[in-house]
Amino acid sequence: MEKLKKKIRSFSFWNWVIASIIFRLILIYFPNNLNLSSRPEVSTPLTSFRRLSEGYWLKQLSMSPYAGSMYHGSPLLLSLLGPLTVKRIEGQPNHLLYSLVSVIADVVSAMLIRATGQNLQVAYFGTLKSFDLVKQIEGSEVHSPGDVAALIYLCNPFTIVACMGLSTSPIENMAVILCLYGACSRLIPLAAFGWVIATHMSLYPAILIIPVIFLLGRGPDAPPRKLFLQMHQEKGVLNQSKLPPCFSWGPIIHFAFWALLWSVYVLVLCGISLKQFGGLWEMFKSTYGFILTVEDLSPNIGVLWYFFAEVFEFFWNFFLIVFHANILFMILPLAIRLHHRPCYLAYVAVCSMLKSYPSVGDSALYSGLLGWFVNELSDMQFSLFLFCGYVGVSPLSPVMHNLWIWRGTGNANFYFATTMVYACLQIVLVVEGVSAMLNHDRKLRSLITGKPRDAKS
Amino acid sequence: MFYLGGFIVGGRLSADSSALCSGSKWHVRLVGRSGGPNVTSRIGSDYPYRSVGLQEMKMLYARQGSESDEKSAMLLKAQADFLESSTSYYAPEWSFPPASGNLRYGTLPREAVCTENITPWLKLLPCQDKAGISTLLDRPSIYRGFYLSQRLHLTLTGSGYEGMDLSIILEKTLTVVLQPNSQRASLVRDSEKHIQPSWSLSSIFGNQVGGKCVLAETSNVYLLLDRDRIFIEESSLLSKNSSVLYKFEVEKYSESEPFDLGLTWKILVVWLCQQAPLHASRFLMGSGNERGAIAISLKSTQTTEGFMGAHSNDERCELRVDVFQVVPWYVKVYFHSLQVFVDQQPKAVSDIIEKIHVSPSKDKVSPGVMELVLKLPCSVSSTALTIEFDKGFLHIDEYPPDANQVFDIPSTIVSFPNFHASMVFLENHSLNKSPLLSKFQEKSHVMSYTEVLLVPLTTPDFSMPYNVITITCTVFALYFGSLLNALRTRVTEEESFLKDKGSIIFIIFIHHPTISEEFWFERKLKGDHNQPPQTKFVMVCCQENWSATSAAVKVVGKDNR
Repeated sequence: MEKLKKKIRSFSFWNWVIASIIFRLILIYFPNNLNLSSRPEVSTPLTSFRRLSEGYWLKQLSMSPYAGSMYHGSPLLLSLLGPLTVKRIEGQPNHLLYSLVSVIADVVSAMLIRATGQNLQVAYFGTLKSFDLVKQIEGSEVHSPGDVAALIYLCNPFTIVACMGLSTSPIENMAVILCLYGACSRLIPLAAFGWVIATHMSLYPAILIIPVIFLLGRGPDAPPRKLFLQMHQEKGVLNQSKLPPCFSWGPIIHFAFWALLWSVYVLVLCGISLKQFGGLWEMFKSTYGFILTVEDLSPNIGVLWYFFAEVFEFFWNFFLIVFHANILFMILPLAIRLHHRPCYLAYVAVCSMLKSYPSVGDSALYSGLLGWFVNELSDMQFSLFLFCGYVGVSPLSPVMHNLWIWRGTGNANFYFATTMVYACLQIVLVVEGVSAMLNHDRKLRSLITGKPRDAKS
Repeated sequence: MFYLGGFIVGGRLSADSSALCSGSKWHVRLVGRSGGPNVTSRIGSDYPYRSVGLQEMKMLYARQGSESDEKSAMLLKAQADFLESSTSYYAPEWSFPPASGNLRYGTLPREAVCTENITPWLKLLPCQDKAGISTLLDRPSIYRGFYLSQRLHLTLTGSGYEGMDLSIILEKTLTVVLQPNSQRASLVRDSEKHIQPSWSLSSIFGNQVGGKCVLAETSNVYLLLDRDRIFIEESSLLSKNSSVLYKFEVEKYSESEPFDLGLTWKILVVWLCQQAPLHASRFLMGSGNERGAIAISLKSTQTTEGFMGAHSNDERCELRVDVFQVVPWYVKVYFHSLQVFVDQQPKAVSDIIEKIHVSPSKDKVSPGVMELVLKLPCSVSSTALTIEFDKGFLHIDEYPPDANQVFDIPSTIVSFPNFHASMVFLENHSLNKSPLLSKFQEKSHVMSYTEVLLVPLTTPDFSMPYNVITITCTVFALYFGSLLNALRTRVTEEESFLKDKGSIIFIIFIHHPTISEEFWFERKLKGDHNQPPQTKFVMVCCQENWSATSAAVKVVGKDNR
């Protein structure tokens, strides 16, 4: 019976995967990809397809791709994806090849998410077994986190829109997921590669170094170590073999070595391709400098564009430092409190409400990663409110944009209001998720320590 | 177009203070068709190449310490203030021979048509508008004209060392298209538009010239009668295609005997100015404030046949067209989207465009420059170039005082290197001594200026700086505070706070002193019989002083305690 259930579940999983791929392929054949690549929610100055084409064109003309404040991405992307921007196949829609690359990136990301989720599930069951809590769980519905997360990622409208909008975010997401997969499965070179590529393409995945260190040192998500000690104290039996391993520094040094190797390699490649155009300094100024200084004030679903359009120039540097330091400062208390759950820490780190140029591709990533924690976060408050909020903001944001830019009947505040709501939704999601995760840990603890109490009472 | 008239002022301002205004000469120059009111400043430099901007010119003047500095400073101040920043000037490569490479070109596409624009221009002249030819510049007459263009051309000559004086030649050009008063009264319709009116300086300007300016070396008025449409009772030495240049010396006249020049036609003459081989126009495509496209359209005029030049003998003759386009930085052009249509058929870009030089714009630093060399077949009837752009979003300080005033894209210069607009004089060597006429004899191409384009940009809400900052910072504070709070809470505190199990509802009423909003949070806590009660609550940590004065906590137990 169990096996049949599992078979049914896995069958429907592959069904959904194939259905989403077919859906994407159908969308490719719509004219101009439904003009999704021109939406500000999908394409930002960092991920825009047109800017990639412009950078490639400038490079073909023997000029620096960063010459005109148009292209702000990696030179490696130019070499890899640049030729795809100009290649046309007779009779097929434009940019067919590029769309196919995005679709493949999505599918690969989904498979990696599934594999990581299965890893997490194995670890979860392992800890439950060590607490002798398996019987408690068997009754309630336990979903396979890998399948759920992979399906959320593939079938999420945000992911589909980001894929069809010809942005570079599917590839950036794939790099992040590759890093987490490698760290969970102890494939250290792969993890280092993913981390280096993700940081190189957009600056913010650099803070994933902290969850990755915890993942490599300790292993995937598990209840806090002192719970184990507590349990064994209560039981009076100290079984060394059942304890989780202590924090090991070996894999971390290994990771540091590989990360150094990959980053030197990437920088050398970039240096070669930009040799006559100002070299690496020009690249850093145009990519990381552009991200950190928020030069472009075009609207997007973040809040920083309007903020820096309105704030007086005198305060720019101050606010830039405040916002970017906020990201760094938040990771520290999160790491202290959630160090035993590095995958969840990674998820929170990826939630990007303070990014300079966010897009729906980022929300596709963290929605997908949220699926890993369906079991732990099943008691999350406000889940319906959040879901309805996202469903509400998604069509409202393009409407307000249209009113402001195309009809001229609205003004910037309309669009800014929807972005504020979106930011608030993300905040509520993160805060509630963290609370729910901590609650789950408390519940586990009470289950373990409360069992003797139950037995008494 | 009824009449073309122009003034050019040539002056030599040199380092030696004793040579103050020694070289002022007045000339009249006829200028071809141009695109619209604009002020152009061209700086030519014969130096070995180094970047010369207006700032450097100012510094150069400041070092001289002579009276000419005041005037030149005024010149730069008055007319080139807007051209000081690097966003306004650029260095074209091919479009302005022979000074290519050492040329800095700046334009002000929008100048308010105000009579005061001409006053600083005139102040540089030694007699201003009190004596000499400049007394003709009666403001109301000029500003009633059809077209007005002012130009500054600064040339640096001499190397500044080894005893050679560093000198700067300043040329100012004022181009006006006017109509005589008499004809203005009886405005005729299309078919009779090209009939040349009888005119005189007093009928156009309302003034007469009362003698030359005392400080001027020479003061001349030239009249050029064009080509073969005019019946000329001259010697037959002149060929049919030549024009006649008359020279009048103003110094022979005085206040008592003022100088007035006029032309009366005995027979009705229909005359059109010479046109360039292709008529250039430019327009915007697309709608909305996010993106658009610029289109340059070149249509052949009927005079193409007369202009075959050196290529008429070839079967496959090609018309070379140079396009020089500048866009400000907030119009972000995608150069890769350039498309060419010849006779309404799309063509591959590499077929038509022989050379392309692109200098992309840097945000807030420099404008985008595009120079193209096109080779079109001679029999082309129309050509169109389109290029797409995205509109930028500016900071609130970067908008002009009237924010909904549209922004301007300066004219495109379309030049035809195969066709020359220079003059060739057949005889009379004494004329060649005049610098104005020798300038006319310089090789110069036919240049066509297109219209200035108006680009509306979206504006943010200018009344919102405080509100935006407050709201955004509140959101970040909410994030920061509530997340830290969620991380901070410990179970033991909650257990000691609660008395017993059951559902507990917390209502926290927060009154923030600076943000007068009320946040209501309602928490329902799940209780389970088998487990000890767990509580969780999230408090929004706004600022320091919430707890003392305005927090009210109400606890309602299941059994109404």
